[in-house]
Amino acid sequence: MIDRLPPQPHEWIDRAQRIQFEFEGRQYSGFAGDTVSTALWANGVRVLGRSFKYHRPRGIWSLSHLDTNAMLETRQQTNIRADVCPIVPGLSVKAVNTVGGVEHDLAAVMDWLSPFLPVGFYYKAFHTPGRLFPFYERRMREMAGLGSVNPDRHLEHTPKRYDFCDVLVVGSGPAGLSAAVAAAESGLQVLLVEENPRLGGSLCYQAANDSEAHKLQAGLLERALSLKNLELRCSTLAAGYYADHWIALIDSTRMTKLRARSLVVAAGCYEQPAVFRNNDLPGVMLASAAQRLIHQYGVRPFREVVVLAANSHGYQAALDFVAAGIRVQALADLRTQGEPSSLAAQVKAAGVPIHNATCVSEATPKRGLRSITGAVLSSVAAQGSIQPGQSLRIACDGIAMSVGWTPADGLLRQGQGRLVYNCEVEQYVPEELPDGVFAAGRVNGIYDLAARLDDGFAAGVEAAAYCGAQVSSSRQRPPRIGPARSHFYPIASHAKGKNFLDLDEDIQLKDIEHAVQEGFDNLELLKRYSTFGMGPSQGKHANLNVLRAFCRLTGQSLDALEMTTARPFVNPVPLSHLAGRIFSPHRQTPLHARHKEAGASFMHAGNWLRPEYYAVAGRTRQEAIAEEVVAVRHRLGLIDVGTLGKLEISGPDAAAFIERIYTGRFARLQPGLTRYVLMCDESGVIIDDGVAARLGEDRFYVTTTTSGSDAVAREMRRWAMVWRMKIVLVNATGTYGAMNLAGPQSRRVLESLTSMDLSAGKFPYLGVREGEIAGVPARLLRVGFVGEWGYEIHVPADTAVWVWDHLMEAGRKFGIRPFGVEAQRVLRLEKAHVIIGQDSDGLTHPFEAGMQWAVKMDKPFFVGQRSLAILAKKRPTRALVGFALPSSYAGPIPKECHLVIESGEIAGRVTSVTFSSTLGQVIGLAYVKPEQSRLGTTIEIRVGRGEMIRAAVVRTPFYDPQNLRQSQEVALQEAS
Amino acid sequence: MPYRLLKYALSQQYPEARMFRVPKRLKNRYDVVIIGGGGHGLAAAYYLARDYGITDVAVLEQSYLGSGGTGRNTAIVRSNYLTPEGVRFYDESVRLFRDLSADLDLNLFYSERGHFTLAHTDATLRTMRWRAEVNKHLGVNSELVGPAEIAEACPELDLSCGGHFPIVGALYHPPGAVARHDAVAWGYGRAAGQRGVEIHQQTAVTAIRIRNGEVAGVETNRGFIETRKVLSAVAGYTPRITHMAGIRTPLVIHPLQACVTEPLKPWLNAIIVSASLHLYVSQSSRGELVMGAALDPYELHSTRSTLDFAEGLAGHLLELFPFLSDVKVLRQWAGLSDMTPDFSPIMGRTEVKGFYIDAGWGTWGFKATPVSGKTMAYTVAKDDEHELIRPFTLSRFAEYELVGEKGAASVGH
Repeated sequence: MIDRLPPQPHEWIDRAQRIQFEFEGRQYSGFAGDTVSTALWANGVRVLGRSFKYHRPRGIWSLSHLDTNAMLETRQQTNIRADVCPIVPGLSVKAVNTVGGVEHDLAAVMDWLSPFLPVGFYYKAFHTPGRLFPFYERRMREMAGLGSVNPDRHLEHTPKRYDFCDVLVVGSGPAGLSAAVAAAESGLQVLLVEENPRLGGSLCYQAANDSEAHKLQAGLLERALSLKNLELRCSTLAAGYYADHWIALIDSTRMTKLRARSLVVAAGCYEQPAVFRNNDLPGVMLASAAQRLIHQYGVRPFREVVVLAANSHGYQAALDFVAAGIRVQALADLRTQGEPSSLAAQVKAAGVPIHNATCVSEATPKRGLRSITGAVLSSVAAQGSIQPGQSLRIACDGIAMSVGWTPADGLLRQGQGRLVYNCEVEQYVPEELPDGVFAAGRVNGIYDLAARLDDGFAAGVEAAAYCGAQVSSSRQRPPRIGPARSHFYPIASHAKGKNFLDLDEDIQLKDIEHAVQEGFDNLELLKRYSTFGMGPSQGKHANLNVLRAFCRLTGQSLDALEMTTARPFVNPVPLSHLAGRIFSPHRQTPLHARHKEAGASFMHAGNWLRPEYYAVAGRTRQEAIAEEVVAVRHRLGLIDVGTLGKLEISGPDAAAFIERIYTGRFARLQPGLTRYVLMCDESGVIIDDGVAARLGEDRFYVTTTTSGSDAVAREMRRWAMVWRMKIVLVNATGTYGAMNLAGPQSRRVLESLTSMDLSAGKFPYLGVREGEIAGVPARLLRVGFVGEWGYEIHVPADTAVWVWDHLMEAGRKFGIRPFGVEAQRVLRLEKAHVIIGQDSDGLTHPFEAGMQWAVKMDKPFFVGQRSLAILAKKRPTRALVGFALPSSYAGPIPKECHLVIESGEIAGRVTSVTFSSTLGQVIGLAYVKPEQSRLGTTIEIRVGRGEMIRAAVVRTPFYDPQNLRQSQEVALQEAS
Repeated sequence: MPYRLLKYALSQQYPEARMFRVPKRLKNRYDVVIIGGGGHGLAAAYYLARDYGITDVAVLEQSYLGSGGTGRNTAIVRSNYLTPEGVRFYDESVRLFRDLSADLDLNLFYSERGHFTLAHTDATLRTMRWRAEVNKHLGVNSELVGPAEIAEACPELDLSCGGHFPIVGALYHPPGAVARHDAVAWGYGRAAGQRGVEIHQQTAVTAIRIRNGEVAGVETNRGFIETRKVLSAVAGYTPRITHMAGIRTPLVIHPLQACVTEPLKPWLNAIIVSASLHLYVSQSSRGELVMGAALDPYELHSTRSTLDFAEGLAGHLLELFPFLSDVKVLRQWAGLSDMTPDFSPIMGRTEVKGFYIDAGWGTWGFKATPVSGKTMAYTVAKDDEHELIRPFTLSRFAEYELVGEKGAASVGH
């Protein structure tokens, strides 16, 4: 560790813990608390990454999230930011996006080719001739991208947490800590989050040698720690702000979703770079990065440095460097008058020559660009542009830039806060913030330490007052005063370019000039064309300088311009954190375990899992389904229909409400009877169906389709409000289990389990009864979806297994079979009962589905009535018909959604089709042209590979057209 | 290295002229005023000038070019729709897209990746078979494929979907493509400008003047413009404009959100869509995964982002691609979708003579950019709907002649 300094007073590393790790196949050691970047830098490694486009060597630049020079990958992770990734024993990393390693990256040839690759070059070539584009595109895609993914990486399940607090404070610098203390002293629950592992914000690196500041900080911290209602959370990033103070907090293990009543953003500022030729190479860095290296990690950033300053922070940094034993060769100050404070004299006294009105116009690189050997200083005119011909070269291996700051305002701007440029402090400052959001400290344009404490305190009090707390004292916000810490134009043009505005995207000053020349003279257009700010650091180091260059090029002033829109996230967030444990719920009916035991093969139906069929050893799927069908037709079957939506609707307006919602007539429906219900939307399109059972004068029990229950309940509630009707609607879908006992023996079996009178006289077809089955309160509906005598039995969910078991037991001697959805589909198709969503689509109205019988147009009103009245007068465009293939047919069988073709045109489609073992032929439903709907018409269906099949339009229902199976005589005869 | 790039290295001066001409001033009269400087408006301007010689055209954009849906969509182009009307229309768009880079002499990165709409249930598979059959009938390359073929095309996909929602098949549409969306607007803007069309950014329409049921002109924040023909091509902002013209539409505005990850080396070639998981994903030529979900379920005229969206999307993405756990989401955003009841657009003439509408672009507007420009240019020039858009007129709602595309447009934008 040749560049490790002696221990520093406030360092973050533990020198007692040495850690070995691997970078690009070589072993290095560092200390616990080091990041990959700091440990490598301590070992004298300077090339930590390669740039995105030109593959230029890159080193430590911001030592934070402002740049992504050093992006790493391991076997498990990619795009890891070396600057902030702690080293752990056994860590093995390599740089992303290199060809042959970071030190000797063969793709560095791109830097030589850069004159051929101006801004937006990819829009201007490679598209003619078009046949070559796929080749070029492949090459370009391979060159682009950063880290690579590895399909062997495993799924990370991270937990999520919900949290809330009265006041959330973001940032633990002087302003943040002060705000947190102020808010907490009013008794509120306060949470302070700090992105870094330690509290202190900029004090950790900018005031390391300032004992006064540290004393203040220690005092504040003591107060903070004494407050039980103030929680301090480090290594936690407030990554996104959403409406109503909903904040995504990200730490290494999880995402916490926090609702804060009020928010204080004291996130500080991002230091901004100067722009000069080769300002991206290893050795050039932000002064704050160099200070972080020294004070937090005890690492020497460089041996001989030129400081480029435009504020007092640069002078302070120069003094820090001197104190760390670094030779400060010169301090170039962009400002004409130089530094007004006494710091200038201190720097001079340390033997550092100061050059006012001077910029660094170029860093002189070593061959291969892996380090620098000097800085070229040039004179600057008052407007900030370079005076040609007056330059001075100074030898150095480092250049520290301290020319300005930009607010860390991501959260503020995500919340639609508006910031405007303030010429006093040469910085964007908050102008309008969302209700309950406050800003304090540097993000608010306040720099002086005492003022930051005051500003933070005032913000904390304001936030507490916003939460309704009694606040004892309010404090005046300090004014924003100069001298400005940011230079208005820290950008040096250079004939040879390579003066980078955006390091993520390798955007040089001339790229912006050229883009503006090409007409991209709107900031948002410029962003999209040049891609500035679109890289992984999202413009944190780039946006402000681009904006400054843009203003100069277009003759605008910054205070008339707003920044481009800010979006979540502040820093990128792993998918695993967002996904959490992945919530993909499935619903199981109370009978799920029984189905499993019986060998059910499950299928998805909406959110539910339903038995498709019950597998039988030695039988194929088809055979098993056919046996289930036979069982229902000739003996007895039992199907779980608990997934049906079940709505209980009661109240004085219940009958009138049902009358308005559904197309049929219900006002005169007697209690104790059920009726088929059909629901349309306002355009007359069928959206759901089911059965309504009238249990009493003002009490209905309504079933919906399996997938429709939530939407139907939601729509009903909406209408009930719109119509101001007095009803109570309970979605009881999960409250009841339901099963359908169907087949000729159903009555006999059910009789053995109940004292209810099931005789046809007392319990007719389409009746509903409430009573007990096997000692359990039950609701029985005599309906016939599958076309046999049967009972839909609804019981409390927790008794469903009990009832099922009793039915199965009682039915055993009659050969009862549980049957699944597939058998039910066959059975209902034999009866030509439509399935909404399968035999109807997003535009089907009842008339074309052959359901006129379910629509009572002469009612006063129902949803969709007006549309249906119009549709009734229009010429129909299609009709749903039954079709059948001859029983002798042996060719390919059509599938659902195969097209009906007439004279080469699409006439319709098959919606349902099956081989009916009951009837011994293929039957189905299909939409056809109205003129094809006449019985006996031959229709042509195109199947599979294009063969045409001829089928006949036949009468429906295919099975038991007179519905004799529901009459007592037939049933009794069959059952005996 | 293509020879076209040589000039950049060899020129003293940067050898590019302005892409967009800056008109000297806003005139007080134009033959045609197009409201909306997105892809659709600029395309219509281009085809008006190129095909009909109508060049006295002003495109008025309240913000910057492509600032609405054009720059916010996830840039997918496909034609595997459900209705014959829709398939014919979008297929013409695909055809135009294929030649568009050459036509506009701008590389739009039109990249045919193949488009897979995954089915996790047999009900979904059924609708897909319908789409495939209609597509094939109309000559569009589209077919149902099984898990094995999906695995071959995208071996990274977890076909068991985390074990609880297995993929049972997919609708495969080989011509499915992605493109650089902004560039489409720029290319049309430049080409229109070269033919004399004036593009005025930062120019907002504040009122539409109508006399005796005919368009007389538009008021803007920069003054009145007299014109007899106005084309509204403002998608999510349509209700504001039609309100000015006194025209009622059945449009409702919902937000639609999207996000991108940090750039990755290319690994995903196909475009993957799962309606059941409310997810679609492709990898841009820059390497970012570009992802979106279904519409936000509420009406809202706002482009704010929500955390729920990012959470839901991340969960479903990891069900399909569990190895992406540590890949990071860089940025999320939202756009406005002007939804129609039948998921088809609203195009053509209106009850106000001279006021033409190009709206109802919901979540499917980008892919229709060239064909909508071309057919709207025809419609404006001839004052009669182009044959391809006759099914899409505003009057279809009153006449109950909807073109139901919900089965093909609800998630797989």
